[in-house]
Amino acid sequence: MRSSITKYFNTYSDAAPLAVFRIGFGIMMLASIIRFWLNGWIEKLYITPKFHFSYYGFEWVKPLGDFTYLLFIICGLAALFVALGFKYRIAIVTFFLSFTYIELMDKTTYLNHYYFISILSFLMIFLPAHVYYSLDAWRNNNLSFQRIPAWFIDSIKLLLAIVYFYAGLAKINSDWLIRAMPLKIWLPSKYDIPLLGDLMQQEWVHYAFSWSGMLYDLLIPFLLLWKRTRFPAFILVIIFHVLTRVLFPIGMFPYIMIVSALIFFIPPVHHRILGKISSWFRIKKSYFDNGRYCFYKPKKIKFIRFVIVLFFAIQILFPWRYLAYPGELFWTEEGFRFSWRVMLMEKAGFAQFKVVDAETGKRFYVDNSDFLTPFQEKQMSFQPDFILEYAHFLADHFRKQGHENIEVYVESYVGLNGRKSEPYISPEVNLLNFADSFEHKTFILPFNDEIKGL
Amino acid sequence: MIRISKFLLIVTLLFTACSKEDDGNVNNGNETDSFDRGAMLENWADNIIVPAFDNFKSSTQQLEDLTTTFTSDPTEENLVALRSQYESSYLEFQTVAMFDIGKAEELGFRRFLNTYPLAAAEVDNKIASGSYNLELPSSFKEQGFPALDYLINGIGDNNAEIVAKYSSENYRNYLLDVSKRINSLTEKVNTSWQGDYRDTFVSNTSSSSTGSVDKLTNKYIMYFETFLRSGKIGYPSGVFTGTPSPINAEAYYSNDLSKELYLKAVQSTVDFFNGRSFNGGQAGSSFKQYLEFLDRGDLAEDITAQFAAVKSQATKLDSSLKNQVQTNNTLMLGAYDELQKIVVLLKLDMVQALSISINYVDSDGD
Repeated sequence: MRSSITKYFNTYSDAAPLAVFRIGFGIMMLASIIRFWLNGWIEKLYITPKFHFSYYGFEWVKPLGDFTYLLFIICGLAALFVALGFKYRIAIVTFFLSFTYIELMDKTTYLNHYYFISILSFLMIFLPAHVYYSLDAWRNNNLSFQRIPAWFIDSIKLLLAIVYFYAGLAKINSDWLIRAMPLKIWLPSKYDIPLLGDLMQQEWVHYAFSWSGMLYDLLIPFLLLWKRTRFPAFILVIIFHVLTRVLFPIGMFPYIMIVSALIFFIPPVHHRILGKISSWFRIKKSYFDNGRYCFYKPKKIKFIRFVIVLFFAIQILFPWRYLAYPGELFWTEEGFRFSWRVMLMEKAGFAQFKVVDAETGKRFYVDNSDFLTPFQEKQMSFQPDFILEYAHFLADHFRKQGHENIEVYVESYVGLNGRKSEPYISPEVNLLNFADSFEHKTFILPFNDEIKGL
Repeated sequence: MIRISKFLLIVTLLFTACSKEDDGNVNNGNETDSFDRGAMLENWADNIIVPAFDNFKSSTQQLEDLTTTFTSDPTEENLVALRSQYESSYLEFQTVAMFDIGKAEELGFRRFLNTYPLAAAEVDNKIASGSYNLELPSSFKEQGFPALDYLINGIGDNNAEIVAKYSSENYRNYLLDVSKRINSLTEKVNTSWQGDYRDTFVSNTSSSSTGSVDKLTNKYIMYFETFLRSGKIGYPSGVFTGTPSPINAEAYYSNDLSKELYLKAVQSTVDFFNGRSFNGGQAGSSFKQYLEFLDRGDLAEDITAQFAAVKSQATKLDSSLKNQVQTNNTLMLGAYDELQKIVVLLKLDMVQALSISINYVDSDGD
């Protein structure tokens, strides 16, 4: 056992898959940043709002005013440098830090894809993605290698496998499989898609999509790993992600996943891709094909191995943290984020805050649009940690205005997966009595239904 | 070979993906299974919006004519006639106020016609100086129905005193300009609906946020929440400040108009929900039918019942909401609570069932 592990960690592989991955990743990230900017989202999401929702423990991460644009420029350049393999280590560290900073600025914009990019770029800090077919290797022959430890490439496969597999596990629940929710709500509204529009109205289609989506997520990592099913699996990856792109406003993510899935192929495929690129840009690919092995100093490789093993241990355990909380996960959302629960529920809320002077009993409602953008209000209204943070913000705001003995209450309703909306947060509770924490939020009212499954 | 086929596959599918975003048009094909949003848009446009604007246009024309009569011959009799027309036009306005789309949105129609409270001191200044430009975007608080309200009800204690003010040419000019501007803005909006805009609106059956159904649904709910709930009831009763504010009541200078305006607005939103035609009142394709089609008849019933609760609560209100706020504000707060329940049903449950996003920011989803 021990020897086979040692043997595994000492196996070497061609560096081309990782080089292709690095190039694809860098280009996709650069495109994402440019698209984000062109859509005007920097301004809409980070400059315009007067208030930003912070992640617990990261309250100090805030947008930087007009310097936020600079942050995006830095992030975009870093992505470009990663693609080129130019000053790779600095570039990928810069990318990881700037991208993660951007994501931490306001949790309103939380998406699983962004989290995926963050942790993937963290992982890439430790990978020798620049030793082959990169500017770094071109400029410095001492950095140029063609063979790298195989497990580095496998670590990316493992991360992708975790994302898919956990997304599949999350779909094993009665709402998704037995009620075909939320696809039963989402698909019929896509009536104007060419060819598929009418199909989207059929109930059997909702069930077919639900079940095949679950099976796809659970099985695709294995189908990609197994040589005999690899090619059809890749075609499946393309079809699946393009379909999600057609049906949902899902941005760059499908393309990122399609490009990422290339890593499962054997090196000759990547050499052909690099060959194509070489012929377009007249790059002398043979310069990199030196057959040299990238050996590490024992201490260094030990450290890297420790970090990566720890990283994966956390990745594998973290999504299960919801089990430590009482109540229905979809309802409380305690442990919902960072767990690959993707496109899993249709949830919306409505929250009206009431500010009360505890002594005089004088009270008034808050007009949310005074403080929040519609998007922030929408996200706030069904997530307890947002509601709590906003309540504290309101108290601070009205204290500054001279109000005293402030108490903040909320009347809120949440609708989940086609159920009629129900009261969500206890309207009797002064939210200021609670500070945000990782503990269970007792002011969430119980969910009056049951969702069976994982 | 394999690579080429792969590329072809990607290209074709991407093309499908992209082509979807921009083409917001016509949904031919046989739609036996899907709800016909096109038919709903037709009902909205042809049986509700267009007739309502057409009717309102006649009303504002009448308003301008009677203003001309009064300003050229300021008698108490002409004042009374004008006042009655003002009240009737203000009521008709409630039937079109929610349609802030197309030309109305572009012109800021609702903003210019009905922003209250009026900046009365500014109006006084402008009348005194005789120099003003009602087309300036900044002048929206100095015109429209609130200005008319002030100029024919608020500048004197009785008809004789008011009429006396109109011996001044500046008063006559300002009053006439306010009426004319109401009428000309209405004419522009009405003309656009009579013209190309109707087809643009009806043919845009796209499911995206730029499609007509999504857009008008957002406008409808925003109107209900912001202008009806907050504007007519919320601000005067001080729900956002804790202190009642009579000056925020609609038609502040009129005696008994504000509750009627409120009820008319509520009825107009009910009728729109039910798809009832403006002339004749038979129900057509609507939110209600859409919900029923999606097996959410229960929700449609809840909404209908809650609308009824709002109307029944309103019977307790004073015909002047300004008085209501001053005498027994609890009833006003009660009205707000009932309206609030509709906001929840519309903004949360209904849009969720219809899969329409209340999201003015077009960000990515997961």
